Amino acid sequence: MSEKLSATFTDPLVKTNPVALQVLGICSALAVTTSMSTTVTMCIAVTFVTVGSNIGISLIRKIIPSSIRMIIEMAIIASLVIVVDQILRAYAPGISKSLSVFVGLIITNCIVMGRTEAFAIKNGVLASALDGLGNGLGYSIVLLCVGFIRELFGVGTLFGYTVFKSVNDGGWYPGNGLLVLAPGAFFLIGFFIWILRTVRPELQEKE
Amino acid sequence: MFEMFINCVFLQNMALSLFLGMCTFLAVSKKVDTAVSLGIAVIVVQFITVPVNNLVLQYVLSEGALEWLSPGLASLNLEFLAFITFIGVIAAIVQILEMALDRFFPPLYYSLGIFLPLITVNCAIMGGSLFMQERSYNFRESLQYGFFSGLGWAVAITLLAGVRDKMAYSNVPKGLRGIGIVFITAGLIAMAFTCFSGITI
Repeated sequence: MSEKLSATFTDPLVKTNPVALQVLGICSALAVTTSMSTTVTMCIAVTFVTVGSNIGISLIRKIIPSSIRMIIEMAIIASLVIVVDQILRAYAPGISKSLSVFVGLIITNCIVMGRTEAFAIKNGVLASALDGLGNGLGYSIVLLCVGFIRELFGVGTLFGYTVFKSVNDGGWYPGNGLLVLAPGAFFLIGFFIWILRTVRPELQEKE
Repeated sequence: MFEMFINCVFLQNMALSLFLGMCTFLAVSKKVDTAVSLGIAVIVVQFITVPVNNLVLQYVLSEGALEWLSPGLASLNLEFLAFITFIGVIAAIVQILEMALDRFFPPLYYSLGIFLPLITVNCAIMGGSLFMQERSYNFRESLQYGFFSGLGWAVAITLLAGVRDKMAYSNVPKGLRGIGIVFITAGLIAMAFTCFSGITI
C-alpha cells in the first residue's frame, strides 16, 4: 500500500508530468515564467490549490451526486483561488500585480480540474493529497526550469539580482530579448519536451 | 474601435502573446475546419460572456453597486467574489447557448456543439473577463474587446492548424513528434506576430 502511495506522489514528477507529457496547465507555464519571483509564487499557488481542492473533493466525494460534481469541483477550486489571490494582494502586492490575471486563471488550469476529476473523486484523502502535491510539484519543476532559463539568459538576473552584468549597466552580457518574449517560451517548452522524450524514449508519441 | 481591433488581434493576441486557451489551442489544431469551428465558437462565447460579466461587475460586484437595493449596502464591495461569479456566469451561458443551439439551430449545434463544453474551462474566455475587469472597460469597450479578442484567438488557431496540416509529411525527430513540434511551430508563428509590436495608431 505504501508503495502505491509513494508512486502516487512520484509518478507525476517525471513519468506522467502534467505539463511536459499530459500537456495540461500550459497557459500559465508559458505566461508567468518571465522572472523567477513570479514563477515561484505561481508554483506555490498552484500546488496549494491542487492539494487543497484534491483534499476538499476527496472528503466529500461520497455525498456528491455525480451529475453536479463538475460545478462543485469548480466552486471549491474557485474559492481556494480567491483565498490565494486575497493573500497575494495583501502581502505581496507587487508580485500580485505582475501576475495580473494569471492568479485568477488557476481556476481554469486544467491540472487542478483534471486531478480532482480523475483522482480525488474516487480516492481517499491521504492519497488525493499526495496526488495533488505530486502534480503541483511536477508542474513546478517544469516552470522553475523554464523560469530559470528565461530570466537568467533573457535579462541576466535571478530573482531580480544581477548574475550576468548586462551591457546596459556597463557589464558584458547582452540580454537575449527573444527569451523574454512570447516565442522564447514556446521554444523552451518544446525543447524541454524534446529532451525529456529523448532521454526517456518510452514516452514518445506513436503516430 | 480600429485601435481595439489591431490591439486584440495582432499586438496582444490572446493565444500567441498572452498564452490564453493553450490547452485547446494545442490539442484541437490538427485540422483546419475543426479549428475554424472552434474559433467561431470562441468568438461567439467571448462576445456574450465578456459584456455580461461587465454588467455583473458594474451593477452587482463593484463598490457601492448594490446601493439601489438598500442604502446600507453602499459601502459593500464584492469584487473579491469576481472569480467565482465569472466562472459561474460563463458556465451558465455556455450551457444556455448549447440548449438554445440544440433547439433552434440544429445544424450549427452539430458542428459547434462538441466544442462548447471545452470552452467553459478555456482560459481565453475566463481571461477575457478578467482582463476586462483589470483594465476597467466600460460596456461598449467590453463588447468590442469580447469580439476582437475572440477573433484574435480564432485567427491564431486557424494559422496553427494550417501549418500543422502541411506538416503531415515532414520527418520530425522522434522526441519532438506530437506535441513537441506543435510548441516549436506555435513559437515560430508567435515570432511572426511579434513583428506587429511597436505599431501604434
